[in-house]
Amino acid sequence: MTASSAPDGTGAVIELDAVAVGYENHVIVDDLSVTLGPGELWVLMGTNGSGKSTVLKTLAGLLEVIEGRLTMLGRAPGGQPRRVAYLPQHPATLETLPLRALDVVAMGRFAHLGLFTRVREADRRAVAEACERLGVDAFAGRPMRELSGGQQQRTHLAQVLARQADVLLLDEPTAGLDAAGRRAVTEAIDAERRRGATVVVATHDLADAEHADLVVLLAHGIVALGAPEEALTDEHLRTCYGFTDRH
Amino acid sequence: MNDNLVAPFVDNEFLANALAAGILVSIVCAVAGTFVVLRGLAFIGDALAHGVLPGIATALLLGLPAVVGAGVGTIVMMGGVGVITRRSRLSGDTAVGLLFVGMLGLGVLITSRSRSFTGDLTRILFGEVLGVSGTELVWQLVAVGVVVGIAVVCRRPFLLLCVDDDLASTSGFAPRVFHTAMLSIVAITVVASFQTVGTLLVFGMLIAPAATAALVVRRLASMMVVAAIVGIVATYVGLLVSYHADLAAGASIVVVAVGFFAITFVALDVGRWIRRRQVMAS
Repeated sequence: MTASSAPDGTGAVIELDAVAVGYENHVIVDDLSVTLGPGELWVLMGTNGSGKSTVLKTLAGLLEVIEGRLTMLGRAPGGQPRRVAYLPQHPATLETLPLRALDVVAMGRFAHLGLFTRVREADRRAVAEACERLGVDAFAGRPMRELSGGQQQRTHLAQVLARQADVLLLDEPTAGLDAAGRRAVTEAIDAERRRGATVVVATHDLADAEHADLVVLLAHGIVALGAPEEALTDEHLRTCYGFTDRH
Repeated sequence: MNDNLVAPFVDNEFLANALAAGILVSIVCAVAGTFVVLRGLAFIGDALAHGVLPGIATALLLGLPAVVGAGVGTIVMMGGVGVITRRSRLSGDTAVGLLFVGMLGLGVLITSRSRSFTGDLTRILFGEVLGVSGTELVWQLVAVGVVVGIAVVCRRPFLLLCVDDDLASTSGFAPRVFHTAMLSIVAITVVASFQTVGTLLVFGMLIAPAATAALVVRRLASMMVVAAIVGIVATYVGLLVSYHADLAAGASIVVVAVGFFAITFVALDVGRWIRRRQVMAS
Protein backbone atom coordinates (compact mmCIF):
# COMPACT_ATOMS: atom_id res chain seq x y z
CA MET A 1 0.00 0.00 0.00
CA THR A 2 1.20 3.49 -0.76
CA ALA A 3 0.88 6.78 1.06
CA SER A 4 2.71 10.04 0.76
CA SER A 5 2.74 13.13 2.89
CA ALA A 6 5.64 14.86 1.20
CA PRO A 7 4.31 16.50 -1.97
CA ASP A 8 5.77 14.70 -5.01
CA GLY A 9 8.36 13.10 -2.78
CA THR A 10 10.43 16.30 -2.84
CA GLY A 11 12.39 16.94 0.31
CA ALA A 12 11.47 13.46 1.44
CA VAL A 13 13.09 12.48 4.74
CA ILE A 14 11.87 8.89 4.88
CA GLU A 15 11.03 6.89 1.75
CA LEU A 16 9.78 3.31 1.72
CA ASP A 17 9.09 1.73 -1.65
CA ALA A 18 7.32 -1.65 -1.53
CA VAL A 19 9.24 -2.52 1.61
CA ALA A 20 8.89 -5.86 3.41
CA VAL A 21 10.12 -6.03 7.01
CA GLY A 22 10.53 -8.91 9.43
CA TYR A 23 13.10 -11.16 11.08
CA GLU A 24 15.53 -13.04 8.86
CA ASN A 25 13.23 -14.19 6.02
CA HIS A 26 9.99 -14.18 8.01
CA VAL A 27 8.00 -11.25 6.61
CA ILE A 28 5.79 -9.45 9.16
CA VAL A 29 4.74 -6.35 7.18
CA ASP A 30 4.78 -6.43 3.39
CA ASP A 31 4.47 -3.95 0.53
CA LEU A 32 4.79 -0.79 2.62
CA SER A 33 5.26 2.38 0.59
CA VAL A 34 5.46 5.67 2.45
CA THR A 35 7.03 9.06 1.85
CA LEU A 36 7.45 11.54 4.69
CA GLY A 37 8.77 15.08 4.67
CA PRO A 38 10.32 17.30 7.36
CA GLY A 39 8.18 17.99 10.41
CA GLU A 40 5.68 15.24 9.68
CA LEU A 41 4.30 12.67 12.07
CA TRP A 42 3.71 9.05 11.07
CA VAL A 43 1.84 6.93 13.60
CA LEU A 44 2.00 3.14 13.59
CA MET A 45 -0.97 1.49 15.28
CA GLY A 46 -2.05 -2.11 15.52
CA THR A 47 -2.42 -5.24 17.54
CA ASN A 48 0.39 -6.75 19.58
CA GLY A 49 2.86 -8.53 17.32
CA SER A 50 1.56 -6.79 14.22
CA GLY A 51 4.98 -5.39 13.30
CA LYS A 52 5.02 -1.82 14.68
CA SER A 53 8.32 -2.32 16.49
CA THR A 54 9.73 -4.26 13.54
CA VAL A 55 9.06 -1.31 11.22
CA LEU A 56 10.74 1.07 13.67
CA LYS A 57 13.75 -1.21 14.13
CA THR A 58 14.12 -1.44 10.36
CA LEU A 59 13.97 2.36 10.05
CA ALA A 60 16.64 2.56 12.79
CA GLY A 61 18.91 0.22 10.83
CA LEU A 62 18.74 -2.56 13.43
CA LEU A 63 17.01 -4.98 11.04
CA GLU A 64 17.70 -5.54 7.36
CA VAL A 65 15.04 -4.68 4.81
CA ILE A 66 13.80 -8.00 3.40
CA GLU A 67 12.45 -6.54 0.16
CA GLY A 68 11.97 -3.15 -1.44
CA ARG A 69 13.87 0.12 -1.04
CA LEU A 70 14.16 2.17 2.13
CA THR A 71 16.03 5.46 2.46
CA MET A 72 16.38 7.67 5.51
CA LEU A 73 17.58 11.19 4.72
CA GLY A 74 18.64 9.95 1.30
CA ARG A 75 20.76 7.06 2.54
CA ALA A 76 20.40 3.50 3.76
CA PRO A 77 19.06 3.25 7.32
CA GLY A 78 21.57 3.08 10.14
CA GLY A 79 24.20 5.18 8.42
CA GLN A 80 23.48 8.55 10.01
CA PRO A 81 23.37 8.13 13.80
CA ARG A 82 23.71 11.87 14.43
CA ARG A 83 20.53 12.57 12.45
CA VAL A 84 18.33 9.66 13.57
CA ALA A 85 17.37 8.94 17.19
CA TYR A 86 15.57 5.79 18.34
CA LEU A 87 13.64 4.99 21.51
CA PRO A 88 13.07 1.22 21.86
CA GLN A 89 9.85 -0.22 23.23
CA HIS A 90 11.62 -1.58 26.28
CA PRO A 91 14.69 0.52 27.03
CA ALA A 92 17.31 -1.41 28.96
CA THR A 93 16.79 -1.54 32.70
CA LEU A 94 19.67 0.29 34.28
CA GLU A 95 19.28 -0.88 37.84
CA THR A 96 22.68 -2.55 37.94
CA LEU A 97 24.55 0.34 36.36
CA PRO A 98 26.08 3.23 38.31
CA LEU A 99 24.37 5.91 36.25
CA ARG A 100 22.44 9.03 37.19
CA ALA A 101 19.52 10.23 35.08
CA LEU A 102 21.73 13.06 33.80
CA ASP A 103 24.37 10.55 32.63
CA VAL A 104 21.74 8.61 30.68
CA VAL A 105 20.45 11.77 28.96
CA ALA A 106 24.04 12.81 28.16
CA MET A 107 24.54 9.50 26.34
CA GLY A 108 22.23 10.93 23.69
CA ARG A 109 25.13 13.16 22.60
CA PHE A 110 27.58 10.27 22.08
CA ALA A 111 26.59 9.97 18.40
CA HIS A 112 27.81 13.55 17.91
CA LEU A 113 30.91 13.16 20.08
CA GLY A 114 32.25 9.87 18.67
CA LEU A 115 35.38 8.53 20.33
CA PHE A 116 37.56 11.58 20.64
CA THR A 117 35.55 14.82 20.66
CA ARG A 118 35.44 16.51 24.05
CA VAL A 119 32.07 17.53 25.47
CA ARG A 120 31.31 21.07 24.27
CA GLU A 121 29.04 23.81 25.59
CA ALA A 122 26.50 22.96 22.85
CA ASP A 123 26.34 19.37 24.12
CA ARG A 124 25.75 20.49 27.71
CA ARG A 125 23.06 22.89 26.53
CA ALA A 126 21.31 20.17 24.47
CA VAL A 127 21.29 17.83 27.48
CA ALA A 128 20.02 20.55 29.84
CA GLU A 129 17.23 21.53 27.42
CA ALA A 130 16.13 17.91 26.94
CA CYS A 131 16.07 17.40 30.71
CA GLU A 132 14.02 20.55 31.21
CA ARG A 133 11.47 19.71 28.50
CA LEU A 134 10.64 16.34 30.04
CA GLY A 135 11.00 17.38 33.67
CA VAL A 136 14.09 15.22 34.15
CA ASP A 137 15.94 18.15 35.72
CA ALA A 138 13.92 17.53 38.90
CA PHE A 139 15.70 14.18 39.44
CA ALA A 140 18.74 14.48 37.14
CA GLY A 141 21.25 13.81 39.90
CA ARG A 142 19.55 10.69 41.23
CA PRO A 143 20.70 7.17 40.30
CA MET A 144 18.53 5.44 37.69
CA ARG A 145 17.97 2.50 40.02
CA GLU A 146 16.13 4.81 42.46
CA LEU A 147 13.73 6.21 39.85
CA SER A 148 10.17 5.08 39.14
CA GLY A 149 9.27 3.46 35.82
CA GLY A 150 7.73 6.71 34.58
CA GLN A 151 10.79 8.75 35.56
CA GLN A 152 13.03 6.25 33.79
CA GLN A 153 10.87 6.46 30.65
CA ARG A 154 11.10 10.28 30.69
CA THR A 155 14.87 9.96 31.05
CA HIS A 156 15.15 7.66 28.04
CA LEU A 157 13.00 10.01 25.99
CA ALA A 158 15.13 12.99 27.07
CA GLN A 159 18.15 11.04 25.83
CA VAL A 160 16.50 10.81 22.40
CA LEU A 161 15.69 14.55 22.39
CA ALA A 162 19.25 15.43 23.44
CA ARG A 163 20.51 14.07 20.13
CA GLN A 164 18.67 16.89 18.29
CA ALA A 165 18.12 14.53 15.38
CA ASP A 166 16.27 15.11 12.13
CA VAL A 167 14.28 11.89 12.54
CA LEU A 168 12.84 10.56 15.80
CA LEU A 169 11.73 6.92 15.97
CA LEU A 170 9.69 6.41 19.15
CA ASP A 171 8.34 3.00 20.15
CA GLU A 172 5.48 3.53 22.60
CA PRO A 173 7.00 6.67 24.16
CA THR A 174 4.13 7.21 26.59
CA ALA A 175 4.09 3.66 27.99
CA GLY A 176 4.08 3.74 31.78
CA LEU A 177 3.62 7.51 31.99
CA ASP A 178 0.99 9.36 34.02
CA ALA A 179 -1.17 12.11 32.51
CA ALA A 180 1.46 14.79 33.12
CA GLY A 181 4.13 12.60 31.55
CA ARG A 182 1.96 11.92 28.50
CA ARG A 183 1.33 15.62 28.08
CA ALA A 184 5.07 16.36 28.35
CA VAL A 185 5.79 13.78 25.65
CA THR A 186 3.05 15.12 23.35
CA GLU A 187 4.39 18.66 23.77
CA ALA A 188 7.93 17.48 23.14
CA ILE A 189 6.87 15.71 19.91
CA ASP A 190 5.00 18.84 18.76
CA ALA A 191 8.07 20.97 19.48
CA GLU A 192 10.31 18.58 17.57
CA ARG A 193 7.97 18.74 14.57
CA ARG A 194 7.97 22.55 14.67
CA ARG A 195 11.78 22.36 14.65
CA GLY A 196 11.47 20.34 11.42
CA ALA A 197 12.11 16.85 12.76
CA THR A 198 10.19 13.97 11.20
CA VAL A 199 8.68 11.76 13.90
CA VAL A 200 7.56 8.13 13.65
CA VAL A 201 5.65 6.84 16.67
CA ALA A 202 4.34 3.36 17.48
CA THR A 203 1.43 3.63 19.88
CA HIS A 204 -1.74 1.98 21.14
CA ASP A 205 -3.37 5.34 21.86
CA LEU A 206 -5.90 6.43 19.25
CA ALA A 207 -5.62 10.04 20.44
CA ASP A 208 -1.95 10.11 19.35
CA ALA A 209 -2.91 8.97 15.86
CA GLU A 210 -5.60 11.58 15.30
CA HIS A 211 -2.99 14.37 15.13
CA ALA A 212 -0.72 12.51 12.70
CA ASP A 213 -0.05 13.32 9.06
CA LEU A 214 -0.05 9.64 8.22
CA VAL A 215 -1.34 6.56 10.01
CA VAL A 216 -0.77 2.90 9.31
CA LEU A 217 -3.04 0.34 10.94
CA LEU A 218 -1.43 -3.08 11.27
CA ALA A 219 -2.89 -6.52 12.01
CA HIS A 220 -1.39 -9.51 10.14
CA GLY A 221 -0.27 -7.00 7.52
CA ILE A 222 -1.46 -3.54 6.54
CA VAL A 223 -5.14 -2.91 7.29
CA ALA A 224 -5.12 0.77 6.33
CA LEU A 225 -2.61 3.43 5.39
CA GLY A 226 -3.33 7.11 4.89
CA ALA A 227 -4.41 10.29 6.61
CA PRO A 228 -6.11 9.74 10.01
CA GLU A 229 -9.59 10.32 8.63
CA GLU A 230 -8.97 7.68 5.94
CA ALA A 231 -7.18 5.12 8.08
CA LEU A 232 -9.07 5.34 11.36
CA THR A 233 -12.55 4.48 10.11
CA ASP A 234 -14.84 2.22 12.11
CA GLU A 235 -14.49 -0.48 9.48
CA HIS A 236 -10.68 -0.45 9.62
CA LEU A 237 -10.65 -0.38 13.42
CA ARG A 238 -13.06 -3.33 13.50
CA THR A 239 -10.87 -5.25 11.06
CA CYS A 240 -7.81 -4.46 13.14
CA TYR A 241 -9.04 -4.88 16.71
CA GLY A 242 -12.40 -6.63 16.33
CA PHE A 243 -14.32 -3.68 17.80
CA THR A 244 -14.74 0.03 17.16
CA ASP A 245 -15.00 1.54 20.64
CA ARG A 246 -12.84 4.65 20.36
CA HIS A 247 -12.80 5.15 24.14
CA MET B 1 52.78 -2.13 65.18
CA ASN B 2 54.95 -0.63 62.42
CA ASP B 3 57.11 -3.76 62.47
CA ASN B 4 54.12 -5.89 61.60
CA LEU B 5 52.43 -3.61 59.03
CA VAL B 6 55.23 -1.87 57.11
CA ALA B 7 58.54 -3.51 57.90
CA PRO B 8 57.88 -6.70 55.90
CA PHE B 9 57.64 -4.65 52.70
CA VAL B 10 60.74 -2.59 53.51
CA ASP B 11 62.95 -5.45 54.59
CA ASN B 12 61.89 -8.03 52.02
CA GLU B 13 62.53 -7.29 48.35
CA PHE B 14 60.26 -10.17 47.23
CA LEU B 15 57.39 -8.81 49.27
CA ALA B 16 58.01 -5.26 47.99
CA ASN B 17 57.92 -6.50 44.38
CA ALA B 18 54.80 -8.53 45.18
CA LEU B 19 53.10 -5.40 46.54
CA ALA B 20 54.06 -3.41 43.43
CA ALA B 21 52.79 -6.20 41.16
CA GLY B 22 49.61 -6.51 43.20
CA ILE B 23 48.96 -2.77 42.88
CA LEU B 24 49.37 -2.97 39.09
CA VAL B 25 47.10 -6.04 38.93
CA SER B 26 44.54 -4.18 41.05
CA ILE B 27 44.53 -1.18 38.71
CA VAL B 28 44.28 -3.20 35.50
CA CYS B 29 41.63 -5.51 37.00
CA ALA B 30 39.61 -2.52 38.26
CA VAL B 31 39.36 -1.07 34.75
CA ALA B 32 38.60 -4.36 32.96
CA GLY B 33 36.55 -5.73 35.87
CA THR B 34 34.23 -2.73 35.86
CA PHE B 35 33.14 -3.56 32.33
CA VAL B 36 33.05 -7.30 33.09
CA VAL B 37 30.61 -6.64 35.95
CA LEU B 38 28.50 -4.02 34.16
CA ARG B 39 28.19 -5.86 30.82
CA GLY B 40 27.70 -9.23 32.49
CA LEU B 41 30.87 -10.82 31.12
CA ALA B 42 31.74 -12.75 34.26
CA PHE B 43 31.40 -16.14 32.59
CA ILE B 44 33.53 -15.28 29.58
CA GLY B 45 36.01 -13.59 31.93
CA ASP B 46 36.25 -16.83 33.89
CA ALA B 47 36.57 -18.82 30.66
CA LEU B 48 39.34 -16.55 29.37
CA ALA B 49 41.18 -16.91 32.67
CA HIS B 50 41.05 -20.71 32.37
CA GLY B 51 41.29 -20.92 28.59
CA VAL B 52 44.87 -19.69 28.63
CA LEU B 53 46.01 -22.91 30.32
CA PRO B 54 46.73 -25.01 27.18
CA GLY B 55 48.46 -22.04 25.57
CA ILE B 56 50.75 -21.58 28.55
CA ALA B 57 51.40 -25.32 28.84
CA THR B 58 52.27 -25.58 25.14
CA ALA B 59 54.54 -22.55 25.36
CA LEU B 60 56.42 -24.04 28.31
CA LEU B 61 56.68 -27.35 26.42
CA LEU B 62 58.23 -25.52 23.45
CA GLY B 63 60.49 -23.39 25.63
CA LEU B 64 58.64 -20.17 24.81
CA PRO B 65 57.66 -17.46 27.30
CA ALA B 66 54.42 -18.38 29.09
CA VAL B 67 52.95 -15.00 28.28
CA VAL B 68 53.12 -15.83 24.54
CA GLY B 69 51.12 -19.01 25.10
CA ALA B 70 48.63 -17.15 27.27
CA GLY B 71 48.14 -14.61 24.52
CA VAL B 72 47.52 -17.31 21.91
CA GLY B 73 45.13 -19.08 24.31
CA THR B 74 42.98 -15.96 24.74
CA ILE B 75 42.89 -15.32 20.99
CA VAL B 76 41.72 -18.90 20.36
CA MET B 77 39.05 -18.55 23.07
CA MET B 78 37.74 -15.22 21.79
CA GLY B 79 37.82 -16.34 18.16
CA GLY B 80 36.12 -19.64 18.97
CA VAL B 81 33.31 -17.98 20.92
CA GLY B 82 32.77 -15.51 18.08
CA VAL B 83 32.64 -18.20 15.39
CA ILE B 84 30.25 -20.48 17.33
CA THR B 85 27.81 -17.69 18.22
CA ARG B 86 27.81 -16.25 14.69
CA ARG B 87 27.50 -19.54 12.81
CA SER B 88 25.10 -21.45 15.02
CA ARG B 89 21.90 -20.84 16.92
CA LEU B 90 23.70 -21.46 20.20
CA SER B 91 23.75 -18.69 22.77
CA GLY B 92 26.99 -16.98 23.71
CA ASP B 93 27.20 -18.61 27.14
CA THR B 94 26.88 -22.09 25.59
CA ALA B 95 29.76 -21.28 23.24
CA VAL B 96 31.80 -19.94 26.14
CA GLY B 97 31.02 -23.01 28.25
CA LEU B 98 32.05 -25.40 25.47
CA LEU B 99 35.37 -23.69 24.88
CA PHE B 100 35.92 -23.22 28.60
CA VAL B 101 35.79 -26.93 29.42
CA GLY B 102 37.50 -27.87 26.16
CA MET B 103 40.47 -25.57 26.73
CA LEU B 104 40.74 -26.44 30.41
CA GLY B 105 40.67 -30.16 29.61
CA LEU B 106 43.27 -29.70 26.88
CA GLY B 107 45.47 -27.80 29.29
CA VAL B 108 45.28 -30.58 31.87
CA LEU B 109 46.01 -33.20 29.17
CA ILE B 110 49.12 -31.35 28.04
CA THR B 111 50.41 -30.82 31.56
CA SER B 112 49.67 -34.43 32.54
CA ARG B 113 52.14 -35.66 29.92
CA SER B 114 55.10 -34.48 31.95
CA ARG B 115 55.94 -34.71 35.64
CA SER B 116 58.06 -31.60 35.38
CA PHE B 117 54.87 -29.68 34.81
CA THR B 118 53.59 -30.26 38.33
CA GLY B 119 55.30 -27.19 39.76
CA ASP B 120 54.53 -25.11 36.68
CA LEU B 121 50.85 -26.04 36.82
CA THR B 122 50.60 -24.82 40.40
CA ARG B 123 52.34 -21.60 39.41
CA ILE B 124 50.02 -21.14 36.40
CA LEU B 125 46.87 -21.74 38.43
CA PHE B 126 47.77 -19.93 41.63
CA GLY B 127 50.49 -17.52 40.57
CA GLU B 128 53.84 -16.72 42.09
CA VAL B 129 53.39 -13.27 43.44
CA LEU B 130 56.53 -13.51 45.59
CA GLY B 131 58.62 -14.38 42.56
CA VAL B 132 57.79 -11.37 40.39
CA SER B 133 60.86 -9.89 38.69
CA GLY B 134 61.59 -6.30 37.73
CA THR B 135 61.08 -7.14 34.06
CA GLU B 136 57.65 -8.59 34.77
CA LEU B 137 56.74 -5.43 36.64
CA VAL B 138 57.65 -3.39 33.58
CA TRP B 139 55.45 -5.61 31.36
CA GLN B 140 52.61 -5.25 33.82
CA LEU B 141 53.02 -1.48 33.73
CA VAL B 142 52.80 -1.61 29.93
CA ALA B 143 49.63 -3.72 30.20
CA VAL B 144 48.11 -1.18 32.60
CA GLY B 145 48.90 1.58 30.08
CA VAL B 146 47.35 -0.34 27.17
CA VAL B 147 44.19 -1.31 29.06
CA VAL B 148 43.66 2.18 30.50
CA GLY B 149 44.33 3.67 27.05
CA ILE B 150 41.75 1.44 25.33
CA ALA B 151 39.22 2.08 28.12
CA VAL B 152 39.66 5.86 27.85
CA VAL B 153 39.35 5.91 24.05
CA CYS B 154 36.38 3.50 24.02
CA ARG B 155 34.66 4.80 27.17
CA ARG B 156 31.56 5.98 25.28
CA PRO B 157 30.84 2.83 23.23
CA PHE B 158 31.76 0.67 26.25
CA LEU B 159 29.21 2.52 28.37
CA LEU B 160 26.56 2.19 25.66
CA LEU B 161 27.29 -1.55 25.37
CA CYS B 162 26.83 -1.92 29.12
CA VAL B 163 23.34 -0.47 28.63
CA ASP B 164 22.25 -2.08 25.37
CA ASP B 165 23.78 -3.26 22.07
CA ASP B 166 21.03 -1.55 20.05
CA LEU B 167 21.72 1.79 21.76
CA ALA B 168 25.40 1.46 20.82
CA SER B 169 24.45 0.59 17.25
CA THR B 170 22.01 3.48 16.80
CA SER B 171 24.62 5.82 18.30
CA GLY B 172 27.07 4.93 15.53
CA PHE B 173 29.27 2.41 17.37
CA ALA B 174 29.40 -1.12 15.89
CA PRO B 175 28.61 -3.43 18.84
CA ARG B 176 30.70 -6.32 17.50
CA VAL B 177 33.81 -4.16 17.12
CA PHE B 178 33.61 -2.62 20.57
CA HIS B 179 32.53 -5.87 22.24
CA THR B 180 35.71 -7.40 20.84
CA ALA B 181 37.70 -4.40 22.13
CA MET B 182 36.13 -4.91 25.55
CA LEU B 183 37.00 -8.62 25.54
CA SER B 184 40.51 -7.66 24.46
CA ILE B 185 41.11 -5.61 27.58
CA VAL B 186 39.85 -8.54 29.66
CA ALA B 187 42.23 -10.83 27.77
CA ILE B 188 45.18 -8.44 28.21
CA THR B 189 44.34 -8.21 31.92
CA VAL B 190 44.29 -12.00 32.26
CA VAL B 191 47.56 -12.44 30.38
CA ALA B 192 49.25 -9.63 32.33
CA SER B 193 48.03 -10.81 35.72
CA PHE B 194 48.24 -14.60 35.65
CA GLN B 195 51.92 -14.69 36.63
CA THR B 196 51.13 -12.71 39.77
CA VAL B 197 47.88 -14.18 41.07
CA GLY B 198 47.46 -17.15 38.70
CA THR B 199 44.79 -17.93 36.14
CA LEU B 200 42.30 -19.17 38.73
CA LEU B 201 42.69 -16.20 41.01
CA VAL B 202 42.93 -13.43 38.43
CA PHE B 203 39.22 -13.94 37.91
CA GLY B 204 38.63 -13.14 41.57
CA MET B 205 40.55 -9.88 41.20
CA LEU B 206 38.53 -9.05 38.07
CA ILE B 207 35.21 -9.55 39.80
CA ALA B 208 35.48 -8.98 43.56
CA PRO B 209 36.81 -5.37 43.70
CA ALA B 210 34.53 -4.20 40.83
CA ALA B 211 31.49 -5.91 42.36
CA THR B 212 32.28 -4.31 45.73
CA ALA B 213 32.53 -0.89 44.06
CA ALA B 214 29.25 -1.47 42.18
CA LEU B 215 27.49 -1.80 45.53
CA VAL B 216 28.46 1.67 46.71
CA VAL B 217 29.10 4.07 43.81
CA ARG B 218 26.85 6.19 41.57
CA ARG B 219 29.29 6.96 38.74
CA LEU B 220 31.25 4.77 36.32
CA ALA B 221 34.56 6.58 36.91
CA SER B 222 34.06 6.31 40.67
CA MET B 223 33.46 2.59 40.25
CA MET B 224 36.89 2.10 38.67
CA VAL B 225 38.62 4.21 41.33
CA VAL B 226 36.87 2.43 44.22
CA ALA B 227 37.55 -0.97 42.61
CA ALA B 228 41.25 -0.11 42.30
CA ILE B 229 41.40 1.03 45.95
CA VAL B 230 39.63 -2.15 47.12
CA GLY B 231 42.06 -4.25 45.05
CA ILE B 232 45.12 -2.42 46.36
CA VAL B 233 44.01 -2.66 50.00
CA ALA B 234 43.18 -6.35 49.46
CA THR B 235 46.66 -6.88 48.02
CA TYR B 236 48.32 -5.19 51.00
CA VAL B 237 46.20 -6.99 53.59
CA GLY B 238 46.47 -10.31 51.74
CA LEU B 239 50.26 -10.11 51.55
CA LEU B 240 50.49 -9.24 55.24
CA VAL B 241 48.25 -12.17 56.17
CA SER B 242 50.28 -14.42 53.91
CA TYR B 243 53.56 -13.21 55.44
CA HIS B 244 52.54 -13.53 59.06
CA ALA B 245 50.42 -16.71 58.77
CA ASP B 246 52.63 -18.42 56.18
CA LEU B 247 49.77 -18.85 53.69
CA ALA B 248 49.74 -18.82 49.87
CA ALA B 249 50.12 -15.17 48.86
CA GLY B 250 47.94 -15.05 45.71
CA ALA B 251 45.09 -16.93 47.36
CA SER B 252 45.30 -14.69 50.44
CA ILE B 253 44.89 -11.57 48.29
CA VAL B 254 41.83 -12.93 46.49
CA VAL B 255 40.19 -14.25 49.68
CA VAL B 256 40.62 -10.82 51.29
CA ALA B 257 39.14 -9.13 48.17
CA VAL B 258 36.10 -11.43 48.24
CA GLY B 259 35.90 -10.85 52.01
CA PHE B 260 35.69 -7.08 51.39
CA PHE B 261 32.74 -7.73 49.07
CA ALA B 262 31.00 -9.87 51.70
CA ILE B 263 31.54 -7.26 54.44
CA THR B 264 30.27 -4.42 52.21
CA PHE B 265 27.26 -6.45 51.10
CA VAL B 266 26.28 -7.38 54.66
CA ALA B 267 26.91 -3.83 55.96
CA LEU B 268 24.69 -2.31 53.27
CA ASP B 269 21.97 -4.88 53.86
CA VAL B 270 22.05 -4.29 57.61
CA GLY B 271 21.97 -0.52 56.98
CA ARG B 272 18.87 -0.91 54.82
CA TRP B 273 17.21 -3.10 57.46
CA ILE B 274 17.91 -0.53 60.19
CA ARG B 275 16.54 2.30 58.03
CA ARG B 276 13.37 0.29 57.31
CA ARG B 277 12.91 -0.34 61.03
CA GLN B 278 13.36 3.36 61.78
CA VAL B 279 10.78 4.30 59.14
CA MET B 280 8.30 1.75 60.47
CA ALA B 281 8.87 2.94 64.05
CA SER B 282 8.26 6.56 63.11
